[in-house]
Amino acid sequence: MTTKTIKASAAGASFLPAVFAVVLGLGIITVTGHVQASGLHDAAHDVRHATGFPCH
Amino acid sequence: MTRLMMCATQLASPATKTMFSRILTSGLFAGAAAGLIAALLQLYFVQPVLLHAELYEGGDLVHFGADPVTAHPDLPGMFAEPMRDGLSIIFTMLTYTGYALVLAALMSVAERQGHEINGRTGLLWGLAGFVAFHFAPGLSLAPEVPGVAAADVGVRQIWWTVTVAAAGVAMWLIAFGGNLVSYLIAAVLLMVPHIIGAPEPESFSGPVPTEIGALFAARAFGIGMAAWALLGSFTGHFWQTEGKRAGAAV
Repeated sequence: MTTKTIKASAAGASFLPAVFAVVLGLGIITVTGHVQASGLHDAAHDVRHATGFPCH
Repeated sequence: MTRLMMCATQLASPATKTMFSRILTSGLFAGAAAGLIAALLQLYFVQPVLLHAELYEGGDLVHFGADPVTAHPDLPGMFAEPMRDGLSIIFTMLTYTGYALVLAALMSVAERQGHEINGRTGLLWGLAGFVAFHFAPGLSLAPEVPGVAAADVGVRQIWWTVTVAAAGVAMWLIAFGGNLVSYLIAAVLLMVPHIIGAPEPESFSGPVPTEIGALFAARAFGIGMAAWALLGSFTGHFWQTEGKRAGAAV
């Protein structure tokens, strides 16, 4: 049981950097591509159109 | 309690830190480099088409009027509006860094499963990323010039997100599934969002000539594919070199 737990947590922890990086990456994409706050929208406007994000 | 402590120990373990810094470093390098090239390509090839469309969106030009309209109006060149173009460069670099972090994270998982990651295999990763993030949603929500008629932006964003997620899983299954069932599931995931259909406007009201709209979509896809190919290759390359450096340090 103890061995199992150690193995499970080790496997889980070893994927944590990848999971965290995916969340960070998707967070950045959401801010640059999707958030509709007007300042962000205006600054990212041309990029959103050119990169195929739904813009307005 | 013991388990929590063990998990915390694992989180702070040198191996975890090394892996995370390898993902971050290769993602940041590749994203910044490919993003800068993507931004310059977009400013040169896509932006003039967008500015041309904005002349129709704003009513400065009207087609199907009494007189023929020139297809070659005077358009501002690159960096004629430094703030606007500068912001575009920053946001393109940020967007591609986001893509690169996702790529590098998935590369770390693939490498652990025994797949080779380098600049050459990275090219395939980049093309798969282009399909997932750009081409799959764009097949039904075509890259749009300013001024086109479109459904509510929130609904389109939901459809975009679901389509990207489905295509991303499909790309993984095609690359690493290795059996017929995986390929069939991938095909279904790729097709279903388009069979259901993207949100469409109630009526067409776009003032932009179709020639400009078509050129814009073609250019957006073309530059997107070039940038993604570079992004994948760079991410694979930096992933490999960062791994060697980390290996040498240990």
